[in-house]
Amino acid sequence: MGEMIGIDDKQSNTTMKETEYVIGGIDCSDDTFQVGNQCFSSRLLVGTGKFGSYQIMKETILASRTDIVTVALRRAGGSEHSENILDYIPKDIHLMPNTSGARTAEEAVRIARMARVLGCGNLIKIEVIRDQRYLLPDNMETIKATDILAKEGFSVFPYMSPDLMDAKRLVDAGAATVMPLAAPIGSNRGLETKGMIQMLIEEIDIPIIVDAGIGKPSEAAEAMEMGADAVLVNTAIASSDNPILMAQAFHHAVLAGRQAFLAKCGAVQHVAQASSPLTGFLRD
Amino acid sequence: MSFISELESIRDDELCQQLEQTSVQDVQRILAQSSLSMRDYLALLSPAGEACIEDMAQCAHRRTVQHFGRTMQLFTPMYMANYCENGCIYCGYSHYSDIHRLKLNASDIEAEAQNIRSTGLEHILLLTGESYQHSPVSYIEDAIRIVAPLFSSVSIEVYSLTVHEYEQLVKADLDGMTMFQETYNPILYEQLHPFGPKRDFQKRIDTPEFACQGGVRTVNIGALMGLDDWRLEAYKTGLHARYLMKQYSDVEIAVSTPRIRPCAVGYQPQHPLRDIELVQYILALRIAFPRIGITLSSRESPMMRNHLVKLGVTKMSAGVTTAVGGHTRGEDSNQFDISDNRSVAAMAAMIREQGYQPIFKDWQLL
Repeated sequence: MGEMIGIDDKQSNTTMKETEYVIGGIDCSDDTFQVGNQCFSSRLLVGTGKFGSYQIMKETILASRTDIVTVALRRAGGSEHSENILDYIPKDIHLMPNTSGARTAEEAVRIARMARVLGCGNLIKIEVIRDQRYLLPDNMETIKATDILAKEGFSVFPYMSPDLMDAKRLVDAGAATVMPLAAPIGSNRGLETKGMIQMLIEEIDIPIIVDAGIGKPSEAAEAMEMGADAVLVNTAIASSDNPILMAQAFHHAVLAGRQAFLAKCGAVQHVAQASSPLTGFLRD
Repeated sequence: MSFISELESIRDDELCQQLEQTSVQDVQRILAQSSLSMRDYLALLSPAGEACIEDMAQCAHRRTVQHFGRTMQLFTPMYMANYCENGCIYCGYSHYSDIHRLKLNASDIEAEAQNIRSTGLEHILLLTGESYQHSPVSYIEDAIRIVAPLFSSVSIEVYSLTVHEYEQLVKADLDGMTMFQETYNPILYEQLHPFGPKRDFQKRIDTPEFACQGGVRTVNIGALMGLDDWRLEAYKTGLHARYLMKQYSDVEIAVSTPRIRPCAVGYQPQHPLRDIELVQYILALRIAFPRIGITLSSRESPMMRNHLVKLGVTKMSAGVTTAVGGHTRGEDSNQFDISDNRSVAAMAAMIREQGYQPIFKDWQLL
């Protein structure tokens, strides 16, 4: 673990941020990730579970250049006799506690309020899961919890199964973003729900963050090319043999996907089209 | 609906036949699958599975890292009372065992809990024998209320309770429960439990289900390995876990794999497991049930526990004593001899040395 090496970890964060927003002569510096009235410097959100040590987690977070990390409140705090995960979250990065373990809206609301009491700020990722086998979210309970917490002033990031009607209900309930799953949590199966997420991107006006199931940087890039506003990655980074290097890979992939989206990819043609066989006569 | 009807519908001779017929090729094919049937799980428990133990270990390791990361949750048991009305012939606490009987009062419980807490542990397991006179439900409830403010998660390993009693304890901040079936063989069960309330096989089988219905979040089951043919017990434990997961999808179902240990009554197991067989069982569980919690107690030696960190186990006990009041007074009469008496700090250090993160806190009492 000790000898994990990042490819460009000598370069400081600030240098990178200055250079990466001027791309091919186009100034992308106003392309920050905006949620409500908050701006974030990265479109890659990182989860903090499954790391072999908090020190590796911290170095990975830094290497990913993320601006939002999510922490399960169930793992946070603890006694004075053991390490506290919160001590390893870099101070200038936004902390988004999540309600992992909640089985009902009521439990999610209680966890969110506890997080606020602990001084974890206003961002909250709602996870309500009543299925321990596939860990699929319960959209109905998630909508209920979102409604309550948005009214209490939280900036609510709800994790959901990608369903258009439920996404609209989340918007109505006051969600700050919608976080559809690409595949079950920890599955590394990639963009299995791509078509459904595409509909959310087209129809929902608040940011879409693709969460869960992304297993490879190329899949993160693909989600961003589709027009997702951000992605959240945990298992693919934490369970790789070199989390720090993998975090950098995801950073680049998310950036590349975003740039491709902004640049607009060329149309896909399934056959070569050299002339205009159907309308050529109009020019004759 | 009860698991008993599913259990009664399977036949040991058919299971044995399938175990014998499983080939190494069958096992290799199953290891390449992304999801397994119960028949596949049985195949992994076969003698052919043992021949593929390294491949199984690689597969189980990958799945554990994927679903749980490089982490190991720690907890410790706290024995509160050893009065018992049961006659389990393999248990050092059984009614006829000539041990010193005692129970902790409220201030003992508090002191014991404080001692455990000072090791950094946040998850505690409270245990009693089965005595309605000395450790009734009200005693257990009081104990939960005493320790709950000190810990993030409180579990119990006591006797069979009713749905209503579980609800009552959940209100007092109970989070998890453990109940070992001991054996899924009803005839053997009767022989091993000659008297006492535990003699009721079906009630024992149904109890984890009562806990699920009563709102307990984490339910841990297991057979005491060594009482009957381990392959059959392992299969039926998996079947029981799958039944509970299906019926109560919101409850975290976990499995323990306890191997019988020497105890005060000197019982000799009829079907002792070799180390490789215990490992095969754990690997098969992990591969067939990728997200299930697997608990390993200090019944196993430091050598076994060190190696099993990477092979599918998600939860280990640390700083263990099986004596009533053992965390404050030291050892006295034990339920069974433990093999690994390392402190919490020593266990955490061993886990860290392997590149894993010891998890002290993994829930928050709401």
